[in-house]
Amino acid sequence: MPSITITVNGREVTSEVEPRTLLVEFLREQLRLTGTHVGCDTSQCGACVVHVGGRAVKSCTTLAVQCDQAEVTTIEGLARDGVLHPMQEAFREHHGLQCGYCTPGMIMAAVDIVNRHGMPDEKTVREELDGNLCRCTGYHNIVKAILAAAEKMQGAGQPIAAE
Amino acid sequence: MYPFNYHRPTSVRQASALLGKSEDARLLAGGHSLLPMMKQRLAQPSDLIDLGLVEGLRGIELKGRTLQIGAMMTHAEVAASDVVREAIPALAELVASIGDPHVRHRGTIGGSVANNDPNADYPAACLALEATIVTNRRRIDADEFFVDMFETALEPGEIITKIQFPVPRRAGYAKFRNPASRYPLVGVFLAKRGGTVRAAVTGAATCVFRCKEVEDALNARFAPKSLDGVTVPTDGLNSDMHAGADYRAHLIVVMAKRAASAA
Repeated sequence: MPSITITVNGREVTSEVEPRTLLVEFLREQLRLTGTHVGCDTSQCGACVVHVGGRAVKSCTTLAVQCDQAEVTTIEGLARDGVLHPMQEAFREHHGLQCGYCTPGMIMAAVDIVNRHGMPDEKTVREELDGNLCRCTGYHNIVKAILAAAEKMQGAGQPIAAE
Repeated sequence: MYPFNYHRPTSVRQASALLGKSEDARLLAGGHSLLPMMKQRLAQPSDLIDLGLVEGLRGIELKGRTLQIGAMMTHAEVAASDVVREAIPALAELVASIGDPHVRHRGTIGGSVANNDPNADYPAACLALEATIVTNRRRIDADEFFVDMFETALEPGEIITKIQFPVPRRAGYAKFRNPASRYPLVGVFLAKRGGTVRAAVTGAATCVFRCKEVEDALNARFAPKSLDGVTVPTDGLNSDMHAGADYRAHLIVVMAKRAASAA
């Protein structure tokens, strides 16, 4: 079995994996980071979105071996010292979730949107959420949360502290 | 997903050698068509040859009047490239409309072109723009490259290294998305170069094709109005639960008009 070394949420992990192991399986089953969800398993829903090399990707459509030597950030890696990331805080404040299943993927996608667009307008946020489905159809508050977080992240200069 | 042997070569030569070793070996680029197919057990390669570390497959360059894109460039990279946006804005727009942001972070131009999905966007751009598909062995004109559904002119052991697009005078793309899959139900790419218009249609048949009726109308005058009253025959067009052949034929003209307006 190939051996891979991946930095997950700042921690370097070396592990032997079967080549067919998906990144999401590696994260959930080997590292027990179960915040990343599997929704559809067919690359549609975005519940499994994590960041690889700083970019949002669907971890159900990425092999763990493809991420050898890469940096991966999951939902567990956003909060710092017990303080929620501004995006997490904004989802809480604006009630950007109902059942919560899509939320980890939504938040990882949302952080990626702000990283790429800075202060996006509402239309951009809605378009950029193309790859994330919310079965509760709670999009309205998700969009509100992302816009609010974007403002805070801009103000903070870097995506660290919430109030 | 069935098990497979995984290889990670660092040169095109190594990758080609590995590809030639097994009949059921497949190249892995972004994996956003192949991995879903493997998960559904529609594809069962014995060996996956990951192109992620292979040198010489990246980069975007404008050489004279030819835009050259490395096979492993992701959709996100192509869409965000100032070089592409300035040289062929219609191509940048097409690429920005593929899949969703996460798919665009992984999917590549070489993978999409090699896969030749009948509903993919890139083949329409390649065919209309008279692209040249450059491999480790030869140069293939887009006219010869796209053979049939998921079938290309690529031979065993052959690897796409880059795609070259001559810069057109005008170009435009419009698609009508399948509301469920978001793939084009019909997409039309128009390109005018050296006084001649080429119109390539994706999504409507088993393989991307040029539409003579649209080309004739636009060769007379490159304007949406030239397409008033133009009809496209339904021969060879798909008819399925998503749309009948007659509806697809109608959409070809409508999308061609929108592409002409955008060009």
